[in-house]
Amino acid sequence: MRNKGYAPIFGEFGEGETILEFRWDLIWSSLPMLLQGAKLTVQLTSIAVFFGIILGTLTGIARLSKGPFRILAAIYIDVIRGTPLLVQTFIVFYGLPSIIHRPIPAYVAAILSLSINSGAYVGEIVRSGIQSIDKGQWEAASSLGLNNYQTMRYIILPQAFRRILPPLGNEFIALLKDSSLVSVIALEELVRKGQIIIGRTFRPFEIWTAVAIIFFVMTFTVSRLVDYLERRMTPHA
Amino acid sequence: MPNTIVEVLNLHKSFDKLKVLQGVSLQIVQGEVVVIIGPSGSGKSTLLRCLNYLEEPTSGQVHFKGELVDPKSNLSEIRQEMGMVFQNFNLFPHLKVIDNITLAPCLVRSTEKPLAEERALELLKQVGLQDKAYNYPEELSGGQRQRVAIARALAMDPEVLLFDEPTSALDPEMIGEVLEVMKKLALEGRTMIVVTHEMGFAKEVGDRVIFMDEGVIMEEGHPNELFSNPKQKRTQAFLSKIL
Ligand SMILES: Nc1ncnc2c1ncn2[C@@H]1O[C@H](COP(=O)(O)OP(=O)(O)OP(=O)(O)O)[C@@H](O)[C@H]1O
Ligand SMILES: [Mg+2]
Repeated sequence: MRNKGYAPIFGEFGEGETILEFRWDLIWSSLPMLLQGAKLTVQLTSIAVFFGIILGTLTGIARLSKGPFRILAAIYIDVIRGTPLLVQTFIVFYGLPSIIHRPIPAYVAAILSLSINSGAYVGEIVRSGIQSIDKGQWEAASSLGLNNYQTMRYIILPQAFRRILPPLGNEFIALLKDSSLVSVIALEELVRKGQIIIGRTFRPFEIWTAVAIIFFVMTFTVSRLVDYLERRMTPHA
Repeated sequence: MPNTIVEVLNLHKSFDKLKVLQGVSLQIVQGEVVVIIGPSGSGKSTLLRCLNYLEEPTSGQVHFKGELVDPKSNLSEIRQEMGMVFQNFNLFPHLKVIDNITLAPCLVRSTEKPLAEERALELLKQVGLQDKAYNYPEELSGGQRQRVAIARALAMDPEVLLFDEPTSALDPEMIGEVLEVMKKLALEGRTMIVVTHEMGFAKEVGDRVIFMDEGVIMEEGHPNELFSNPKQKRTQAFLSKIL
């Protein structure tokens, strides 16, 4: 066997080996590096979902309020949903630094653009969730002397969140997948790791298959988790 | 001289072009049980909801214990004094029965949780549901839900109780249990304003019956008098249909 000059952990082509055969061993040997990338993907997405839910909740409420916030929220939602995440990421990573005169680390830029993006989508989900709650709930709470904040916080949002858990789960899953876009700013998340490994092994089929499997495992886990939460949050024994 | 608790002065309410209340004036004194009857769409619910500003009157005033109800200043305070019971219960489905009852005292009055719970259990006993404290509303029958809703309103120790057709959404066999609780409250001397089609209840515990039609008070009087000897044609027509 000859050394082909790339990292040996990825295995090598043997003498008479054809490209047609599926190299399972390559998948195994690249797994540690891919999982490293997957870890970053999960990290970025989780943090972005967290901020996205906060931002989205405020946006959803603002959307239903009276006054200037209502319009601001509408503009935010329309602009974010009307432009590609890729461009948003470029604006944050390349555009913003030129205005604030200091670089933004790729990790921060990724979280920022993913959060802002997710916030807009979550905002619409939260708005529809709030609107789906019977207006009798508002009336009962008001008639007991609760103010608007207390009613929102203790009566409306808890019920709305229970109801919007499935679309929120979908948003989490969509973001998991979309987060691969931040590979363009050289963040070594799952997709970028895949590209790097292919650059060394020239085996795109095996590696992309491995990447796809890992994505699927992640999204499938999230959707099971959401199902579980939904069942647990439904009252009664 | 009994104290006036609620005073309504020349109340008007329109939804767009639809004039629902067209000059309603009304005084209710402490301990009085006032029953409001009238055909569908005559403005009974709207009148009740204007009292605690769930609907904002187009014009006119509501005074509570001599104080003008003003959404800019004292609305929460006054709403706390006017408990409301709805046709569809409007319990909070995500909270256990006991938390439905303690929520407002804890949040709005800053009552200590244990104290509020003790009181809640007491109220549940009054409405015959002490064993349901830790159930969720959806585990209760309609009649039980409405009794919880009454306990929830009572938890704020309101001066007045407003009932908007509290038995209309109930199966016939459950109406009695709710009316029983309401009668008990009336006998305790609570001030109550009740919109209902239950004429038996009106006769038995009502101090005054108000007949509303097309946004005005058409006729009012003691139940015996109004039911047996209505003066207005409209009242006669309505009563002949319903009795
Ligand atoms: N929020 C609203 N917007 C528009 N119209 C309304 C609203 N609330 C009530 N109305 C109308 O006002 C009129 C009076 O309604 P209201 O509920 O006060 O009648 P009611 O006497 O309580 O009747 P019912 O016995 O059917 O409950 C009805 O024609 C109703 O359609
Ligand atoms: Mg009504």
